[in-house]
Amino acid sequence: MSSRDRVLGRVGRALADVTPDERPYEEAVGRDYLREHGHRTTEQTVELLAENLADYRAIVHRSDAEEMPYLVMRLLAAHGSREVLVPPGLPPEWMSAADPVRIHDRAVSTPQRLDQVDSVVTGCAVAIAETGTIVLDGSPDQGRRRISLIPDHHICVVRVPDQVVSSVPQALERLDPARPLTWISGPSATSDIELDRVEGVHGPRKLEVILLG
Amino acid sequence: MSGTFVGMPAFPKAARDAVRNPTLRGNLRHATHTIRAKRARAVAELDDWSALREAGRRIKDHTLRHLDRYLLQLEESVTAAGGTVHWAADADDANRIVTQLVKETGESEVVKVKSMATQEIGLNEALLEAGIRAYETDLAELIVQLGKDRPSHILVPAIHRNRGEIRDIFRAEMGEWGRPAPEGLTDTPAELAEAARLHLREKFLRAKVGISGANFMVAETGTLVVVESEGNGRMCLTLPETLISVVGIEKVVPAWRDLEVFLQTLPRSSTAERMNPYTSTWTGTTDDDGPRTFHLVLLDNGRTDTLADQVGRQALRCIRCSACLNVCPVYERAGGHAYGSVYPGPIGAILSPQLRGTAGEIDASLPYASSLCGACYEVCPVAIDIPEVLVHLRERVVEGGPAVRQGNKVMLKPAKGHAAERAAMRAARWAFTHPGALRTGQRLASRTRRLHPRTLPGPGKAWSGTRDLPPLPAEPFRDWWQRTRGGKGDAK
Ligand code: SF4
Repeated sequence: MSSRDRVLGRVGRALADVTPDERPYEEAVGRDYLREHGHRTTEQTVELLAENLADYRAIVHRSDAEEMPYLVMRLLAAHGSREVLVPPGLPPEWMSAADPVRIHDRAVSTPQRLDQVDSVVTGCAVAIAETGTIVLDGSPDQGRRRISLIPDHHICVVRVPDQVVSSVPQALERLDPARPLTWISGPSATSDIELDRVEGVHGPRKLEVILLG
Repeated sequence: MSGTFVGMPAFPKAARDAVRNPTLRGNLRHATHTIRAKRARAVAELDDWSALREAGRRIKDHTLRHLDRYLLQLEESVTAAGGTVHWAADADDANRIVTQLVKETGESEVVKVKSMATQEIGLNEALLEAGIRAYETDLAELIVQLGKDRPSHILVPAIHRNRGEIRDIFRAEMGEWGRPAPEGLTDTPAELAEAARLHLREKFLRAKVGISGANFMVAETGTLVVVESEGNGRMCLTLPETLISVVGIEKVVPAWRDLEVFLQTLPRSSTAERMNPYTSTWTGTTDDDGPRTFHLVLLDNGRTDTLADQVGRQALRCIRCSACLNVCPVYERAGGHAYGSVYPGPIGAILSPQLRGTAGEIDASLPYASSLCGACYEVCPVAIDIPEVLVHLRERVVEGGPAVRQGNKVMLKPAKGHAAERAAMRAARWAFTHPGALRTGQRLASRTRRLHPRTLPGPGKAWSGTRDLPPLPAEPFRDWWQRTRGGKGDAK
């Protein structure tokens, strides 16, 4: 007998007490919890996002279309970046004032090569105010998962208010499970040594979020 | 289960050693109390917590009651998304499958993201026998692996080590495994983390094979979910060419939407954060992004035996948040190693004897490693009634009765006069003769007394069906005595 048949056979026998007419999934689960916690205006939701991001030690900036290129330029300069990773579909105007050399993530770029890049700039798919979370889904303005992982400095742009939702349930609704997703809440962190929080064990140590509205 | 803990003494002996180790006790106390307080705050932020907890309980219960259907659906959707599904009836099965898969890649090194399932089956040891080195990449797991040690907590596996010990381990061992610790490494957490970053990055960047577990698998879409903090998970899940995930069959949930419950309850119960720093989800393989080959190994290894027990099956709801460890007065003193399994604390006390059976001395003693204060049930985000299962398992140890082992119905003999019962009784005595453990247990019991059931769970049900349980006093007698008599003569 194959292991598959063995496991499925055991599951079947273990559930001898379950009757076939049990309540279907929708009825059995019931969802009495909230879709959103509290009542907020759009403005307040964006404000909460900024607060919660900062609470998790992301650095939050606000900008508009006109200011944006200069802000990106300043942030990259402040980090001392010489090379910056750019996903294929990033709006070119965001980078129009930036000095560092733009690097594209090509199939032939090895992780070792990407490890030499100082910063990365990406967009995002959605941002969750209640938890201070940004979700990337690999769209052209975000690139492959590895580019927001290897460099030490990640600048992530959230379009407000379009890309901001209040809660986790609202975010899941908008996301496509067929795409690989990365949910980011603050920079990489560990509390493994005597519960002292240390930022940046393996992922980017510095996360800067630009709320672009 | 794994060979890792073979030869472990039964709980009372292991606990006695742990209680005598002041460093261990100090670290544990600090850790559990810190996380406990933070968790309460994180939970209080959500005013629908009890509804979320109830939804989580129901989703998991429903899935377990129709597990065959959801496993088949999962298999279909993972396959449709470009993955390959394998089934493993036990640890040997799983180890053989994974070893074979790694060998087919021609690699002799793999990077691993912390996974309890692979610890449970002793995968690293099995791989080593086949000449394959598995690198643990979670900082705490790295500390444990370099220190040739065992994890002692689900969430913070190296919680029993302090920074000085960690520095010494890094200095002495890193060179053996790869990039050595930097010259003059001190014991500040930032420097230690940096040393780990450099040591591991070298491995991530060249790794061709990654091995992971998963927190959830979605039947409807074939999506796997890994929740983590450091980014080592993202490294292992995205940089290698081949990804192998070993996941217990109980980790499946029906729908994408179900994640909205667990992604709210898990981080808050676990690290007491609104959300953990990183969550990764992937569905099969994606062109040009991440591994080109994905294998999912579905692991039974005692889970179907647990499923066959109508009282005990609720243990399979566990989402491994570790909240129950942090509130347990017995865990706090005994430490994780005393439980002799990768699953320590209250959940370990009910899960290990079910996965492995109660024949062994340690497993027979585990259901007694508790004061039944109920704090574990109260914090559990999927409402597992751990005390109920403990009482049920105690009955099984002492009275025997029908059970399922490796898929076969067996009749367990009563343990009377056997080593197992003696061990069990020693564990019970241990819990009740350690004034510290008992005192804390009673205080918690008093404080949570409104939540206590009016009837006894499990086998006591019939007895309490016609009687009310005596209400617990607002304050334990010991505390009242201490308060009103000034505590004179009360040994601390
Ligand atoms: S039993 Fe409940 S509280 Fe304990 S680890 Fe599992 S889910 Fe968390």
